[in-house]
Amino acid sequence: MADTVQAAPARSRRARGAQAPEPKTDAAAPDAAPPAADAGTLVGYYRQMLLIRRFEERAARAYTEAKIGGYCHLNLGEEATVVGLMAALRPTDYLFTNYREHGYALAKGFNAVAGGSGGSSPHQPSRAERVMAELYGRSTGVSKGWGGSMHLFDAEARLLGGYGIVGGQVPLAAGAALAVSYKGGDEVVMCQMGDGTTAIGAFHESLNIAALWNLPVVFVVINNGLGMGTTVESSAAEPELYRRGAAYRTESLRVDGTDVLAVRDAARTAVERARAESKPYLLETVSPRLKGHSVVDPARYRSKEEKEALKAADPLARMALELEEAGILSADDRDRLDAEVTAEVDAAAAFADESPAPEVSTLFDYTYATPVPGELRRLPADPVFGS
Amino acid sequence: MATVTYRQALRDTLRAEMLRDENVFLLGEEIGLFEGSYKITEGLLKEFGPRRVRDTPIAEEGFVGAAIGAAMLGLRPVVEIMTINFSLLALDQIVNHAAKIYGMFGGQASVPMVIRTPGGGGQQLGATHSQNVELFYSFIPGLKVLAPSTPAEASAMLKAAIRDDDPVLFLENLALYNTRGELPAAVEDVEPAEIGRAAVTRPGTDITIIGYSRMARVASEVAETLAAEGVSAEVVDLRSLRPLDRQTVVDSVRRTGCAVVAEDDWLTYGIGAEIAATIQEGAFDWLDAPVRRVAMAEVPLPYAKSLETAALPSAESLLTAVRATLRATGRITPGTDATSPRPALEPVR
Repeated sequence: MADTVQAAPARSRRARGAQAPEPKTDAAAPDAAPPAADAGTLVGYYRQMLLIRRFEERAARAYTEAKIGGYCHLNLGEEATVVGLMAALRPTDYLFTNYREHGYALAKGFNAVAGGSGGSSPHQPSRAERVMAELYGRSTGVSKGWGGSMHLFDAEARLLGGYGIVGGQVPLAAGAALAVSYKGGDEVVMCQMGDGTTAIGAFHESLNIAALWNLPVVFVVINNGLGMGTTVESSAAEPELYRRGAAYRTESLRVDGTDVLAVRDAARTAVERARAESKPYLLETVSPRLKGHSVVDPARYRSKEEKEALKAADPLARMALELEEAGILSADDRDRLDAEVTAEVDAAAAFADESPAPEVSTLFDYTYATPVPGELRRLPADPVFGS
Repeated sequence: MATVTYRQALRDTLRAEMLRDENVFLLGEEIGLFEGSYKITEGLLKEFGPRRVRDTPIAEEGFVGAAIGAAMLGLRPVVEIMTINFSLLALDQIVNHAAKIYGMFGGQASVPMVIRTPGGGGQQLGATHSQNVELFYSFIPGLKVLAPSTPAEASAMLKAAIRDDDPVLFLENLALYNTRGELPAAVEDVEPAEIGRAAVTRPGTDITIIGYSRMARVASEVAETLAAEGVSAEVVDLRSLRPLDRQTVVDSVRRTGCAVVAEDDWLTYGIGAEIAATIQEGAFDWLDAPVRRVAMAEVPLPYAKSLETAALPSAESLLTAVRATLRATGRITPGTDATSPRPALEPVR
C-alpha cells in the first residue's frame, strides 16, 4: 500500500530522470480492501446524500426567489465526497471548510445528532432548519444570521466555520491541530478546500508547518476540476494535486470522489493515521460539480458534451442504481426516502421563512468578545459625540 | 519600585503570564534558539521548552493563521512578528480572519491572541524595514491595537492583551526598547491596563499635544521644554489606537482650546487625521486655532542618515508646530517663541 499512498518518491525519481513508473492516480486503495458496509449503513449514506441534493435544489430555488442573498455555492455532484468524508470523522473531530459547505454543515456529526438531521421538537430545530435559516439570514441560523452561505459555524458539531477567502482556512486548521497536540488530545482536524487552493501560499505554508510540527490534520482537496471557470490543468503546474504532499513528506492519496465508500475508506485511513501518528495527510477527491461555480453561474465555459457526461456521472443516481441492483433499495423505497427528505427540506424552508430577522439592537454584539469602553457603537445617522 | 527598560518589562511580563496560565505560549520568528531578534524572549526557551516557545518558519501567513486556529480552540498564543513590515504578509489572516471570526460566526468562537511586533524608523533600515503601518490594523473593527510608550504601560497593556479574548496587535517601537521607566509593582503584581483608554500623562492648560508610542514620549519632552518657557502643555497618550478613546482627547481640547497631533507614520489618511477629525466633531466650538499635525515626511524612508533624520518627526518638529499653534491663538506673541505674557483668552462662545 505504501507505493500507492506515497506519491513523493515516484515524483522525485521522475524529476531526476529515472525510469520510475507513474504512481497510480485513480481511486487508490487504502490499507485494506474496503470493509463491506451493511445495508443499513449504505441506505444511511444514500439518505444523507439525498438530503444534501434536495437541500441544495431548494436553496437554488430560494435564491431565485430572492429569499437567499449574496453568494450561494452548492454541493451538487459532491454529495458522495461530503458524506464519505464526514463518515470518517468522530463527532469530537474538528472540521474547517471553505465557502462551498452546506452539505458539510448538514452531515458533520450527523450520527451524533438525535434523530439524524431531523428535529425532535419545535424547540430543537434540526440541522437542516438551522442551516437553511442561516442562508435566509435569520437569527435562528447556525451563525445567527451573521455568516450566511459562506460562513456556517456549528460549535456542537465542531464545524469550525466556512471561510470565504480561498486558502484562508488552511492555516487555521493547522493551528487547531496545534492546539489539539498542545493539549494532548486525540481529536483530528479535517480541512476541506477546493482545487484552486493548492496554488496559494497559505496552502504550502500550512502543509510545511503541519509536517514540521507533527500536527494531526487531514487536508482534503475537493478537486472538481475548476476554480470558478479556470481548469485545474491551466492553473496547476502539477494537476495531480495529491502529489503536492511529496514536497512536505506528507502522505497523500487521490480517490474517486463520486464513490461514497471509496471516499469514506480513504478518509478513514487519513484520519486514523493522523490520530495514531499525529501526522498530517493530504487527500484529494476527484468530485466534479454538476452545476456552475455558484447558483448564478450558468457554466458557459463547459461544452454541451461535458454537461451531458456530468449528468451521466451523477453520484446519487449511480448509488441508487447500485443499491437497487444489490437488492438493498427498491424503487419504492427510494421514492419513500425522497418524500421523507423532501418533507424535511420543506420544513427547513418553512422554519427559515418563519424565523425572525436579527434585531438591529444586536448589531454591536459581536465585534468584540471582551467589550471595551470607547468602542464606537454608531449607526450611520448617529453623531459621534452627543449633541 | 524598580527601574527597568521597556525591553525588560516586556520580557518579564511574558514570563509572568506564561507562569500564570498554561494556555499562554509563544510562537514566532527567531524567538527560541536565537532568543528574539530584539531579545524580548531571552531565556524563555530554556525555561519553558519548545512546546511553549516555538520557532516558526519565515512564513508569516502560515504561522499567524496557525495562531488564530490555536486561539479558536482556547489557547492564548502570543505571536512575535520580527517587524511590523513582515506582518503585511499575514494581512489576510489578521484582517480577514482574526478580526472577523467572532463576528461572522455570531459570537461562537473568539480569537484570544496577541501579535507583538516592533516598527519605526531611525535605525537606517531603509524603506521596507522602517514603516509604521498601524493604521492598517487600526482601521479594522474586531482588532484591538495597542501602542504603549513606557515600560509600565508596556507591562500593564501586555497583560491586558494576553488576558483579553480578542485579537490584539501590540505595537512596539524599536526606539523605545532601551528606554527606562519605573514599574509600579513587581511585574507579577502589575495591574492589567484597561484597553481602550487614553491617558492624560501631563496636565496643562495652554495646548493639548496628542501622541502615542514614541511620539507620546517626544510630546512629554516638548512639554518639559515649554514648561521652562512658561507654557503649560497637556499631553495625551492615546495608548490604544482601536478602540480609540475619543472622549479623553475631546475633553482635553475643550480645556486647552488648541491641539497638535504627533504621529510616527505618514500624514495622509493617518491616525493624526482621525484625531483631527475627532477634535473637529467634538471640540470645534472650543478651538482657538486649527489643529496641526506632525508626521513623517511622505516618502519611502531613505537609508542615508541625513535624509532619514529629516524625514522623521522629532522634538524639534513638534516644538515648531506647537509654537506656531500657540502664536495663532495669541498665547505667545509672534516673533517671540518664549516667555511673552499670555493674553487673556476669549472663548469663541
